[in-house]
Amino acid sequence: MPDVQPLVSDFVLKLKRRKVEGSHAVARQTAELLRSVVSQHRMGSSANQAAALADAVRAVGEQLIAANPIELAVGNIVRRVLHIIKEEDISSTAVGIEGLSVTVDSDDEYDREDDDRPSLSAAVLAAHARNALRAPSLQTLLEDIPVSPAISRTASSTGDSDGKSKSAGDKTSTRKLKHDVIAAIGDLIDEIDSCYEPISEQAVELIHQNEVILTLGRSRTVKEFLYAAKEKKRSFRVFVAEGAPRYQGHVLAKELVEKGVQTTVITDSAVFAMISRVNMVIVGAHAVMANGGVIAPVGMNMVALAAQRHAVPFVVVAGSHKLCPLYPHNPEVLLNELKSPSDLLDFGEFSDCMNFSTQDGSPLLNVVNPTFDYVPPKLVSLFVTDTGGHSPSYMYRLIAEYYSADDLVVRRKSTA
Amino acid sequence: MDIRRPPPRSSSGGVEPRYRQVGFVTSADPEPAAAPAPAPIPAAAASPPASDGLSPVMIPPRIVPGHHPAPGSESLMPSSPPPVSSSRLDALSDLDGDDDDVDVSWARPPPPALPESIKVNLTETKNRGDPTSVPQKPKLSKAERRAIQEAQRAAKAAAKETASDVNTKMPKQPKAGKASLKKDVSQANALVASDKKTDEHPPDKDRKKDVPQPRMQFDDLHRVVKAKKRSVVNQSEAQNRVELFRHLPQYAHGTQLPDLESKIFQPDLLHPSVYKVGLQYLSGDISGGNARCIAMLLAFREAINDYSTPAEKILSRDLTAKISSYVSFLIECRPLSISMGNAIRFLKNRITKLALAMSESEAKASLQSDIDRFINEKIIVADKVIVSHAVTKIREDDVLLTYGSPSVVEMIFDHAHDLGKKFRVVVVDSRPNLEGQGLLRRLVAKGISCTYTHINAVSYIMHEVTRVFLGASSVLSNGTVYSRVGTASVAMVAHAFGVPVLICCEAYKFHERVQLDSICFNELGDPDVISRVPGGESLSHLKNWAENENLHILNLKYDITPSDYVSMLITDYGMVRCPATSHLTICVYMQITLHSSYLQPP
Repeated sequence: MPDVQPLVSDFVLKLKRRKVEGSHAVARQTAELLRSVVSQHRMGSSANQAAALADAVRAVGEQLIAANPIELAVGNIVRRVLHIIKEEDISSTAVGIEGLSVTVDSDDEYDREDDDRPSLSAAVLAAHARNALRAPSLQTLLEDIPVSPAISRTASSTGDSDGKSKSAGDKTSTRKLKHDVIAAIGDLIDEIDSCYEPISEQAVELIHQNEVILTLGRSRTVKEFLYAAKEKKRSFRVFVAEGAPRYQGHVLAKELVEKGVQTTVITDSAVFAMISRVNMVIVGAHAVMANGGVIAPVGMNMVALAAQRHAVPFVVVAGSHKLCPLYPHNPEVLLNELKSPSDLLDFGEFSDCMNFSTQDGSPLLNVVNPTFDYVPPKLVSLFVTDTGGHSPSYMYRLIAEYYSADDLVVRRKSTA
Repeated sequence: MDIRRPPPRSSSGGVEPRYRQVGFVTSADPEPAAAPAPAPIPAAAASPPASDGLSPVMIPPRIVPGHHPAPGSESLMPSSPPPVSSSRLDALSDLDGDDDDVDVSWARPPPPALPESIKVNLTETKNRGDPTSVPQKPKLSKAERRAIQEAQRAAKAAAKETASDVNTKMPKQPKAGKASLKKDVSQANALVASDKKTDEHPPDKDRKKDVPQPRMQFDDLHRVVKAKKRSVVNQSEAQNRVELFRHLPQYAHGTQLPDLESKIFQPDLLHPSVYKVGLQYLSGDISGGNARCIAMLLAFREAINDYSTPAEKILSRDLTAKISSYVSFLIECRPLSISMGNAIRFLKNRITKLALAMSESEAKASLQSDIDRFINEKIIVADKVIVSHAVTKIREDDVLLTYGSPSVVEMIFDHAHDLGKKFRVVVVDSRPNLEGQGLLRRLVAKGISCTYTHINAVSYIMHEVTRVFLGASSVLSNGTVYSRVGTASVAMVAHAFGVPVLICCEAYKFHERVQLDSICFNELGDPDVISRVPGGESLSHLKNWAENENLHILNLKYDITPSDYVSMLITDYGMVRCPATSHLTICVYMQITLHSSYLQPP
């Protein structure tokens, strides 16, 4: 644990100073850091290895989230890792159950009152245990096997021989747990890295011929999305709104033009004027909230309202690492960050205005430069994620897949 | 821009070609109807302006010795009869809505095909003067004129092969004519991009609602080429034009200046004050509907002051032509705003209404006082009325949002602050003009506490806002508001948050046109301004945007706010809830452009 502390502090500092920005980079680095944390964690001999591991991760996660609460990707990854730990724990316990059930059978031959007790494979047990964690979904309903009474019986029967077999398989189980968790986190990192491919594959289904697409600012996901469509020889034109005050739209326009896409750069104020001639709005997001609302770069709400007015579909493309299990309360204030006014006003020119103030000393001039905008779910037509296309009302289901309910508040639990 | 042709003289084979006069033709027009004496106008004078690029000023040098006829004139002499005939036909066919020109046009010897009766009419009218043109008009019934026109058109079509090129176009005075007949005339599309309606309807004519004349079609290559030949200023077309806006002119900015600079030394072409105003438009020093309109009217006032009627000319016609030439110059500096268009229409209306009996100095004084009254009543007093209405809508502790830098709204805030109301202002700004910064500075200097933000953040700030005050460049007849680009977005977000939107617009800016979206009619600005981003080299990704044919930049200047986003419209006629706007707009518009009695305050 102490080995990893400098790494953690380093990353916390980077987050605090906004040296690392953008959900993709942040998610990746968080996952790598947590992998190191897990691998460095010394597994004790206490009864519940998984709980201790989760606690360690929670401690680190708390620090990371506090460093930059606006960067929701940090919290997402922390919660994903916690969920992974739980899952791996359950599956390894299920394997343990499997092993135990064999011994139970051999020991308690005379207990066989009911011969029709089905022998359950470890995989099934594990699946069932995992399903118990999740909220009911179509997948789980299809997988569901009516084995709950049998399971509980086996679980109770293992209790007797628990201590016996546990001490025997102790080292192997903990090592296995750690190994599995690290492997799963590695999968998570790969998933984060390769989130663009599954999203881009859906581009062909959405973009046809002679489309006119509008986007605002620059999102790497949108860029890959449009590249994929271009490669499949769809003909479309793009209007890129420049996305003041960072003007990332200019960068995106340049990149698109290099691929041969007809691009027109417009100012943000012209979005309403042009949207009547647009077929589809495709934008990226900073984070997707549990209710299907979107935290997006500033200006997106205006675009979404204009799209709704003109009945233009508003499509949000986002990788699953952006999916946040939190519900947005007052997101414009609580999930927003105000940047420096120098983007808007040149200090040199306006320094004389800064001198004015009212009687009570409050300045007469106040400059507001928010970073993010909240788009309510009713304005979004479609989410395109690496698991497919979803409507905003479905997003809470995805959350149940990836996160567990008691991880919503990442706080270190007092160790037993 | 109409040139009164001299009555036919026996010397030349027919009628002089009636040229389209574009640009700074000075008052070299011979006085047509009143002096039937055939001043031997050398055919050279009637020659078409040189399109050989010798001088960018495309004018048919008329008579005056001061003018150097275009070199190409000699060569065209032999061919003048055929072009003459065609242009004459053009002239006649263009007559219809040109109530003012009627007599003059008719003064031309009618083509042989005309029935005798009409010919008699023509000679009669020819012998009378201009001012009687209006009462004469009813004499020619609609059917008769239509018959004449049809005959002209047929003959013209026949003569079209022999017609020479653009140079024999008629001078075009934009007309509020019968649109159907108008459309046939290829020269009907003036270089003047804005639709200028002229003169009143004769009161006893059946009042058909006039369809606005189609504007210059910039997507028609043929017409663009013709227009370019006639243009005063050499505009080079922008590279990488946006397809969607092919119907609007897109010029490369900054190329006109050298040409314009040379014009200052030709004072007879252009009055210096008009030139100055044009340059101020070009550089963006003067912007905003009211400011531009006032500047233009004051420049015209100066020009009228210095004007003197040339010999054998009628003041009203000549002055109208001159004003038209000034206007075309101003258009080439920057397309007209709707307020300017209305003011020009008003001025031309007043000119034509001048009684012939007035002496020149009386006429000039009358026109100047008309201009002064227009500025005073329609702009200055109107603004005061609007301000007095609007301050009643400001309550204590209000948070008021405005977009850009509307002059009226600034006055409202100043006045409310002077009244001692306690409120604060949110100024929303956008690229590329960043007009809000000027407003911000002025408001802070007055002691009003302000918040400044950019248009993307309007959703963020709208939570705090209680009222939105917006200005307008015009209010159209279907209730939509034509204003600075971005206004529609602000109004939309305000509407979504339930914040009332109040549009403050003087009544003289109303227009009878209808428009559904921002694409049909707009103004395109300089695209380079967008590619230039503050913040140094690291941010200028689009530095060489013109090199790439796939990359376009669009700099729209105006947009349309749908009427359902507007809660209330505040004008000098009062405060109006939007559904009633259309009736009000049309009434006011008609008043401005058609009736000279408009000058009475409402």
